[in-house]
Amino acid sequence: MAEVLSVEDLLDAYRTMKTIREFEDRVHVEFAKGGIPGFVHLYAGEEASATGVGLQLRNDDQLASNHRGHGHCIAKGVEVKGMMAEIYGKKTGTCHGKGGSMHIADLDAGMMGANGIVGGGPPLACGAALAAKMKGTGGLAVVFCGDGASNQGTTFEAMNLATVWKLPVVFVFENNGYAEATDARFSVSCKDIADRAIGFGMPGQIVDGHDFFAVHDAFETAAARARAGDGPSLLEHKLDRFFGHFEGDNQNYRPKDEVKRLREDICCIKRFAAEVTNSHGVSAEQLNEIDEEIAVLIDDAVAFAENSPEPGPEDLMTDVYINY
Amino acid sequence: MARRITYMQAINEALDQEMARDESVIIMGEDVVGGSGSDGEMDAWGGVLGVTKGLYGKYGDRIMDTPISEAGFVGAAVGAATAGMRPVCELMFIDFVGVCFDQIYNQAAKFRYMFGGKAETPVVIRTMIGAGFRAAAQHSQCLYPMFTAVPGLKVVVPSSPYDVKGLLIQAIRDNDPVIFCEHKVLYTMEGDVPEESYTIPFGEANVVREGDDITIIALGRMVHQALAAATTLAKDGISCEVIDPRTTSPFDEDTILESIENTGRAVIVDEATPRCNMATDISALIGRKAFGDLKAPIEMVTAPHTPVPFNGTLEDLYIPSPAAIEAAVRQTVEYA
Repeated sequence: MAEVLSVEDLLDAYRTMKTIREFEDRVHVEFAKGGIPGFVHLYAGEEASATGVGLQLRNDDQLASNHRGHGHCIAKGVEVKGMMAEIYGKKTGTCHGKGGSMHIADLDAGMMGANGIVGGGPPLACGAALAAKMKGTGGLAVVFCGDGASNQGTTFEAMNLATVWKLPVVFVFENNGYAEATDARFSVSCKDIADRAIGFGMPGQIVDGHDFFAVHDAFETAAARARAGDGPSLLEHKLDRFFGHFEGDNQNYRPKDEVKRLREDICCIKRFAAEVTNSHGVSAEQLNEIDEEIAVLIDDAVAFAENSPEPGPEDLMTDVYINY
Repeated sequence: MARRITYMQAINEALDQEMARDESVIIMGEDVVGGSGSDGEMDAWGGVLGVTKGLYGKYGDRIMDTPISEAGFVGAAVGAATAGMRPVCELMFIDFVGVCFDQIYNQAAKFRYMFGGKAETPVVIRTMIGAGFRAAAQHSQCLYPMFTAVPGLKVVVPSSPYDVKGLLIQAIRDNDPVIFCEHKVLYTMEGDVPEESYTIPFGEANVVREGDDITIIALGRMVHQALAAATTLAKDGISCEVIDPRTTSPFDEDTILESIENTGRAVIVDEATPRCNMATDISALIGRKAFGDLKAPIEMVTAPHTPVPFNGTLEDLYIPSPAAIEAAVRQTVEYA
């Protein structure tokens, strides 16, 4: 039976979801203004997925992410100012400006890294899960993949290995319907990615990725199975992204007004706010207060990033090796 | 105390001693135990050529068979390394890197840099290299130059039982990712190896034989081909210095440049194919940094630009031979 969430938990969840949304909406704006270099892949629209999982992770649990990783970082507790500075390529960034949006990692927070390689994360998560198992910590690893990574050989190998070694790992497939500009209905050979679980000897479940509570409950079961030493699980979060594959994507492969409709009709944050104020004892004022906090947090993060120094030439050759 | 054991036994002993010393050292790979899940014996193989035999009996679950899924388990070794373990992962033949290279060069090699110096990935990937087993094109290559080109990786190519033990212990204790290339033809070679644990630092070349007329630089099995040529040439009064770099990354430039300063002549022997290999790399080094010392053009003795052939006659032609090294040395020494 699903754990009953306290008001404090619900406010935490709201704070995380809203932080992700405001962070991403702001990166979108600042990118368009030209302040942010490189490739940026935004997570807006998928907040319930990262948050429903992240809220249940211990600090020593490990999370492997992907291109679209900002939401996972925030949900795993990576500090927002450092993330923003990293996206700007500044020395004060989480990775000192040497990683960028696709490589934000904070191992102290159990964030193993966003990943620029589709399907790069699942084997790594198996390794983190193996370490937890061998140390007997009761910790787990979770890896977020898209529908695109669901077709990578590394992912299949990792799922097989996870069952063979009975690893405490949860494979979360965030199926937002598009791998870059290719529809999942074209590229995924089965109707639901969750169906693949059966072939790898693990439970698989389809989850409404717009519904925080559905995500939370499904992950609660998967995490309990992992922590009990019973092995891996697969969760398929059906959800949608509110931006393109990357910033600058004209999204002409999507039906006109799809995003507008999604923002209006099935926004996971609106849905969550309505539900918790209707029936979980949370007040609209409490949510407004959080909104105000977050607006300041994001303004501060952007100001911090803009005003931070760039790495210097002395940083070019550092940290290639520990010693060489 | 030193006694004579094989290269293979020296590897086993290094693994054994490090597993006994440090609980975070674990081993994974295809059939490194052998027999997992079957109705027969466990430790059935101890690795395809028996290198890890006996470790399962001592360390149990710390040595793990894997599915034949190199990307999966090499990646798992990398992930476990970032999470506090010291995995020694066996990629059975270096040729198999094609199916798992991403986990090595895009993941393990880059974490520390990409993550702003906050990651440690102390993983060792042990792998067999080299021709001579009639193992044909996909089980015989010397691909260490590929790894040497990747910033973030360290690459070791041991040539003797003594070196393989000390370098493997160093690799396991090293906090960076290490590609450890074991030449399969050397597995049965015997040599003096101390029983106690010891390390050989990376980036320190070994002057295997001293000489004054010419410097021969060779790696792995080629060290022995070079020594054979040097013995023959000595009879004709040609004194060869033979240098084994031992690691290609980091690379000991100084020992080579000092030797060239003395001899003024260089032959580089490399079992890798001739384009963008260690011979071209070292040749460029000498050309740039020892130009003034050179009395003759640098010669390279390498495998030809072909896949490794199966047929024994052809494979023997493929492998740089003592005779080919001898000819290159004579040509260099006789040059003006």
